[in-house]
Amino acid sequence: MAKITAGIGCSHTPAIGAAVDLGKTDTDYWRPMFEGFEASKKWMQETAPDVVIMVYNDHNNAFDFKMIPTFAVGCADEFPIADEGWGARPVPIVKGYPELAAHIVQSVILDEFDLTIVNEMEVDHGLTTPMSLMFGQPDAWPVRVIPIAVNVVQYPPPTGNRCYNLGKALKKAVESWDEDLNVAIFGTGGMSHQIQGPRAGLINKEFDKNFLDDLSRDPERLKDIAHLEYMREAGAEAVELVMWLVMRAALGEKVDEVYRFYHVPASSTGVGHIILKADNDE
Amino acid sequence: MKEQHHEYEDLPGTWVFDAQRARKGYPLNNFFMSLMKEDNRKAFLADESNYLSQFKMSDAQRDAVLNRQWNTMLELGGVVYCLAKLAFTDQHSYQYMAAEMTGMSEQEYVDMMLAGGRSVDGWRSKSETKENAQGDEV
Repeated sequence: MAKITAGIGCSHTPAIGAAVDLGKTDTDYWRPMFEGFEASKKWMQETAPDVVIMVYNDHNNAFDFKMIPTFAVGCADEFPIADEGWGARPVPIVKGYPELAAHIVQSVILDEFDLTIVNEMEVDHGLTTPMSLMFGQPDAWPVRVIPIAVNVVQYPPPTGNRCYNLGKALKKAVESWDEDLNVAIFGTGGMSHQIQGPRAGLINKEFDKNFLDDLSRDPERLKDIAHLEYMREAGAEAVELVMWLVMRAALGEKVDEVYRFYHVPASSTGVGHIILKADNDE
Repeated sequence: MKEQHHEYEDLPGTWVFDAQRARKGYPLNNFFMSLMKEDNRKAFLADESNYLSQFKMSDAQRDAVLNRQWNTMLELGGVVYCLAKLAFTDQHSYQYMAAEMTGMSEQEYVDMMLAGGRSVDGWRSKSETKENAQGDEV
């Protein structure tokens, strides 16, 4: 049986990708942030998942404005790297797992989540920067990836509660796949940040800390946070944190917090990171 | 037709990209999206006005692009991630664009972020921001 054994919360920004690709991770600006992921890379190497489910958002690279799916599952063999406006990141192509993705789609749709099925899709920094942070710079990614893109660009994104319930449905779907697989799930984006308008640069460390605390202890509180509260307290783009709730609910009720890291800033972003181990004996 | 008021319109210094703004911004955002191709970036930089004429945007949207009025582009329906493609085309970073939107120099903006970012206090609502501004003798 396939099992979701761990969840990873991790921010993403284009600047993190640029720092990796241009060899700037050891500068005074970036060193403190990248050092925070050294333990995570080691943990990832030891955990060696077979598959990653990557809950992330596209930043108008795979999806333009013709169609805006709320939840979209990447079912392709592979996902090329998008040119976001300065050339594609020089990272390996992302290999999918179409058979498992198809199974997940089928299971989750019958569980009343009307997902969009995507058979061709490029992936942007929303997916590739968490990969770089957790896997470093290999010649090929050591894991197959099922991308789940969530609309957080056009208001409103799905509610926290909807995301939370999707996580539960994903857990059920993975556990009904008859192959011994170690699956890790990522929730990416956030934490506090605003990158638009005169209010850009907003950071709320206390909000972020409380969110991380409750991700471990009291996720039921988090699922009821309204979009307006994210935007008001932690910046317009902090609403991306709903994606972390998909990850959290996919782990089941109880989790062990393995690791946590928080750093300000990466460009305009409060970088949050957490590793949670699922308690599969519950 | 009356447009509804939404609570998020009270967020100061923020233009939430909702369905109405998306509707108005459609041609503007299509222009930004075109900058994902190197040939288009070159063509745009070679003759900006001519390049823009292929998109059915309003005069105000066109002027905002030509003059790099970032906040106006947001107000007129641009998505910040799409605006970034214009910033990248200009060989600028996201951070540069964010600084421009706040009226700070890029260095001032970087310094603010290194010091922990902008505090939410005074920035929760338009009325709160106004009270704050009145306290500041500029």
